[in-house]
Amino acid sequence: MNGEALIQVRGLVNRFGRQTVHEDLDLDIRRGEILGVVGGSGTGKSVLLRSIVGLRRPNAGSVQVFGENLLQLPPERRSQVERRFGVLFQRGALFTSLNLQENVALPLIEHAGLARVDAEHLARLKLALAGLPADAACKYPDELSGGMVKRAALARALALDPEVLFLDEPTAGLDPIGAAAFDQLILTLRDALGLSVFLVTHDLDTLYTICDRVAVLARKRVLVADRLEAVQDTDDAWIRDYFHGPRGRAAQQAALVQENS
Amino acid sequence: MHPTSSPPGTLQLHSAARPAHLRIAGDWTLAHYNALRDAVVRMRPQLDEHSTVELDGLGALDTAGAGLLVELLGPQRIAAVAQWAPQLPAERLALLHTVAAALDRPAAPQPDQGYEFGDLLAHIGRTMQNIWCQQRELLGFIGLTLQTLLSVLVRPQRWRPTPLVAHIEQTGLDAIPIVALLTFLVGAVVAFLGATVLADFGASIYTVTLVGFAFLREFGVLLAAILLAGRSASAFAAQIGSMKANEEIDAIRALGLSPVELLVLPRVLAMLITLPILTFIGMLSGILGGAVVCVLALDISPTLFITILQRDIDLSHFLVGIGKAPVFAFIIAVIGCLEGFKVSGSAQSVGEHTTSSVVQSIFMVILIDAIAALFFMEMGW
Repeated sequence: MNGEALIQVRGLVNRFGRQTVHEDLDLDIRRGEILGVVGGSGTGKSVLLRSIVGLRRPNAGSVQVFGENLLQLPPERRSQVERRFGVLFQRGALFTSLNLQENVALPLIEHAGLARVDAEHLARLKLALAGLPADAACKYPDELSGGMVKRAALARALALDPEVLFLDEPTAGLDPIGAAAFDQLILTLRDALGLSVFLVTHDLDTLYTICDRVAVLARKRVLVADRLEAVQDTDDAWIRDYFHGPRGRAAQQAALVQENS
Repeated sequence: MHPTSSPPGTLQLHSAARPAHLRIAGDWTLAHYNALRDAVVRMRPQLDEHSTVELDGLGALDTAGAGLLVELLGPQRIAAVAQWAPQLPAERLALLHTVAAALDRPAAPQPDQGYEFGDLLAHIGRTMQNIWCQQRELLGFIGLTLQTLLSVLVRPQRWRPTPLVAHIEQTGLDAIPIVALLTFLVGAVVAFLGATVLADFGASIYTVTLVGFAFLREFGVLLAAILLAGRSASAFAAQIGSMKANEEIDAIRALGLSPVELLVLPRVLAMLITLPILTFIGMLSGILGGAVVCVLALDISPTLFITILQRDIDLSHFLVGIGKAPVFAFIIAVIGCLEGFKVSGSAQSVGEHTTSSVVQSIFMVILIDAIAALFFMEMGW
């Protein structure tokens, strides 16, 4: 997985009033990799994601996406680039006035120019792909559990078969079986579609099972971004606590057992 | 992974051969979805389990294309794709497997979307029932609010002055300019109307009485109440509704607190205090608007205007007008809060109930005003 860098973040600075969240932050996302982004609460993981997909204008720095600076593109061109992104927001962000298949069909109708019937048909496929039962398609988001909302949001993020998938804590709020299935789903889709995945997570199991590289956000920048083995051995107090704490060790062992079986 | 140069997907059936031979080639992607879906629908009946399939010419494939292939060939056949097309790369086999597994389950029945005459009747019936339920809920909520109010009144340690003052500022102080301006303009309009009609009888001087009567008895309180219904009832419904959607109301309950005491009482009390004050301001401002017209257009001097006002208009008219203000205030605040509590999780629901709060509270204000006018007339007040 040493593909070219699809997304290059250079010298990123994000400030909220007097509080600096990112200072001179650099990060690459390579083609076809699953990049896990970890960090303590408030280290700006979600802010970084929002800066890359263009929802937040950083105070300084550049974000090169597919070789173009997203912040300097004219609006139409930018919309075209953004269509190659799929974003799964932390709380799903499904449109509450639409049912699930309409939620997924919306980008298909608007961007792919499909007729409503075709779009909803395809939407049901995406929902099934995200692991939702067939009768969920006509339900509304407020009738669903948190885990189902996450899956539906993934289906919407996948609607246009994006090249880069941004996932903000996708397995938070899922039961362990559902979370493991979700991980496998992401892995399969990555392999099948050649997706690149930017994954903000706190789930150590996810990190150990599917991430190719892990970027650690701390002290306003990316402390280290490398293969998991290399990151674990980095000499830093926070990283040691994170990966070698009780939960880290358990996840590590679980991953080892899985590999050997 | 994303070649864009290869040709759009095609589907060729050699039905002359026995068994029939199907050749699938080109890009099977979202960009060609419309054409491919037509081809798939056309071709599917002609295939049986004996026909052979060739995937060698397949270009790019995404989930949309894979879904079409599954529809064409059936999930079982695609699930066994590794046996009849082993030359496909592993990631493509994985994609086909995943999509086939996802689609290999009973389809959900599509909801019936036809409309019939019976549906219309059912809709009318449901609406009537809703109106009835709404009024019953409103009465229940009024009872609950009054009960909570009484239980809080006797315990001064549970009074909450801070939110009360904040709501007085939002609903009262901030509304003064708009109430004053609006009543001033309506006062001027009433004076013009009176001047035009009364001039025919040579009674222009009674314009003063008309303006005084109208604003003290009706317009001052009615305009202020309608403005607050639009301004504050909607704000209450939206505030409480968003809190409901965000599970904040549940959190208040789970903490053992009463949402009525915490959210409803400060709003109701704030309205009870501000609407009479706004009504008073509205009366003054409306009479001022009338006075300006009288002075400029009818040559009635300000001194004469005030003299007539003092001589002809009883204090009772003022009391009749201002006496209605607390009733309106209470009903507006209660409807706004109740609609907020009725919000369910969705954004649309917040919008619906906010609208409903304004419509209902204006309706109730005018209804009560009409009943009160009848009552006061019969009483001769």
